[in-house]
Amino acid sequence: MTEILSVTNVGKSYGTVLAIRGISAEVIAGEVLCILGDNGAGKSTLIKILSGVHAPSEGTMKVNGVETILSSPRDALDAGIATVYQDLAVVPLMPVWRNFFLGSELRKGFGIFKRLDTTAMRTIAKQQLAEMGISLRDVEQPIGTLSGGERQAVAIARAVYFGAKAIILDEPTSALGVKQASVVLKYIAKARDSGLGVVFITHNPNHAYPVGDKFLLLKLGASIGYFDKSELTIEKMTKLMAGADEMSTLATELERKPGSRPSRKSEKE
Amino acid sequence: MTTVSTQKDDRQIMSGRFARILRRPEVGAAVAALLIFTYFSSTTTAFLSTAGVSTWLYSSSLFGVLAVAGALLMIGGEFDLSVGAMTGTTGLIVGIMTTEYGTNIWLSIILALIFALSIGAANAYISMKTGVPSFIVTLAALFILQGANLAITKLLTGTVSIQGMSDVTGYDSAKAIFGSTLNFGGMDIKISIVWWLAVTVVASWVLLRTRTGNWIFGVGGAFTSARQVGIPVVKVRMGLFMATSAAGWLVGMLQLFGVSTVQATTGLGQEFSYVICAVVGGCLLTGGYGSAIGAAVGALIYGMTLQGIVFAQWDNNWLKLFLGVLLLLAVLVNLYVRRRAGDRS
Ligand SMILES: Nc1ncnc2c1ncn2[C@@H]1O[C@H](COP(=O)(O)OP(=O)(O)OP(=O)(O)O)[C@@H](O)[C@H]1O
Ligand SMILES: [Mg+2]
Repeated sequence: MTEILSVTNVGKSYGTVLAIRGISAEVIAGEVLCILGDNGAGKSTLIKILSGVHAPSEGTMKVNGVETILSSPRDALDAGIATVYQDLAVVPLMPVWRNFFLGSELRKGFGIFKRLDTTAMRTIAKQQLAEMGISLRDVEQPIGTLSGGERQAVAIARAVYFGAKAIILDEPTSALGVKQASVVLKYIAKARDSGLGVVFITHNPNHAYPVGDKFLLLKLGASIGYFDKSELTIEKMTKLMAGADEMSTLATELERKPGSRPSRKSEKE
Repeated sequence: MTTVSTQKDDRQIMSGRFARILRRPEVGAAVAALLIFTYFSSTTTAFLSTAGVSTWLYSSSLFGVLAVAGALLMIGGEFDLSVGAMTGTTGLIVGIMTTEYGTNIWLSIILALIFALSIGAANAYISMKTGVPSFIVTLAALFILQGANLAITKLLTGTVSIQGMSDVTGYDSAKAIFGSTLNFGGMDIKISIVWWLAVTVVASWVLLRTRTGNWIFGVGGAFTSARQVGIPVVKVRMGLFMATSAAGWLVGMLQLFGVSTVQATTGLGQEFSYVICAVVGGCLLTGGYGSAIGAAVGALIYGMTLQGIVFAQWDNNWLKLFLGVLLLLAVLVNLYVRRRAGDRS
């Protein structure tokens, strides 16, 4: 059980706004850490700390067991922490293979004749994607023609190929249909099985529960629980997230009052 | 499962080389160029004569250098409207410095290049620093340069054109590089045509075969994504603006030494001609897509039409009408290509 990344009691304030406080969690190789919470709960803020975009205002952070402050996304990448953003950092009209290597192109030759190694890039892209279980018709097609799930997979495969030890996925399933989301969940499982630590942000317990090993539930910037899968059922998780009493009030609010339904029949008569 | 099945995927209708060729951005322009060529060579006799060919090739070459550089900038997601006026400014700098002040000709040429590069850098800096679209920033630069071209030339020389270039010492050495005429099998080939080809080849190589080229597509296609994957976006755009201005300088020199004089009005009314060439050649106005070869073909269309209309003895107002229609068609085709070939987001 190797710990790749951990935070202890971290907090972050934006000026006078205290976005998160007192959060502790760890990312372990071969495990999926799910971070759940409502809109504005502080999920994105937490992953910005993990991925080096923001330094925490309080608390400590360890990378590979050593206390560190990541001061830029580049730092995080160098430490093997890759982030797949909601917009996936792809260029829609570019071929899949060019996107796969964008920013880390392979080159050959010397001096002014230094050029892209297009053959190697095409082959590797195709092969890496096949390993993730995506068989593309053609790596030459613009990445914008792929489905949302396939694009997620390309982004994950890219992170894995470039030596990520941990990958952070910000709501990868939120914009997807049921089928596409399950495809992405499979890729997450695949990345986990190959020994990566995965941080999976979502607000859907149905997506988190099947793949997660640890669950961090956030509400209004604070942790409302950090569970191992064995301590949690999906019902309990849903309840915690919604707040049981809030849910029942909502149910009463939404219930139809007797006689409130407009009757078409009576109108016609 | 759904999309991850390993069985053979038969959803791709057209495959192989043919589809790949059709998908290239320059195909539409190549077809249009062929039609225009066929039309003018069959309806006029002058068009295919050796003098005729060298005339429209020369005309195309001057648009072509700007169009190719401008295409790279457009693929990188930016515009430069000032580059047409820059051809006049750089020519005037060299003309005035040599004829009025006796400055060494090569020194003047280098100073004109440095001036062009700094205007390019200033355009880039202002538009990136403030976030004001480069369309507006370079429109301002266009007016500034055009105004300066006329006002300063009048102020310093009392006229609006430069005379006596050919008497300047060292003129021949510069003319050999920027203004000479080569002879191929009885046909006069202006050296600017060689420059045009060279610029096209280099630009195409950079775009498709180097890391810089990949970055240009990235910066123009999805700016934030490009930054997230670690591309130095500011440097890339700065380089593109400077390269475009340098192309303006090159065309300025080609014009100056091609005809041994320069007018203060050079470039007037040409603000959009290279943008038209690039778009006709398959560049998207929104950036991230296009080709250097396409832009060169776009310039060929421009040059052939410009001279073809003269040979056919039509009123030359037809040129604008024709270019307008062509531009509209090209934009529609490009839009269609973009929808088909890619952008679902
Ligand atoms: N740059 C910022 N400046 C000020 N406040 C911010 C900033 N970023 C986030 N916040 C605030 O911090 C809180 C947590 O935001 P965060 O984006 O982390 O939520 P989230 O859980 O990712 O929400 P969502 O599910 O909508 O993505 C919110 O109240 C938000 O308004
Ligand atoms: Mg968020």
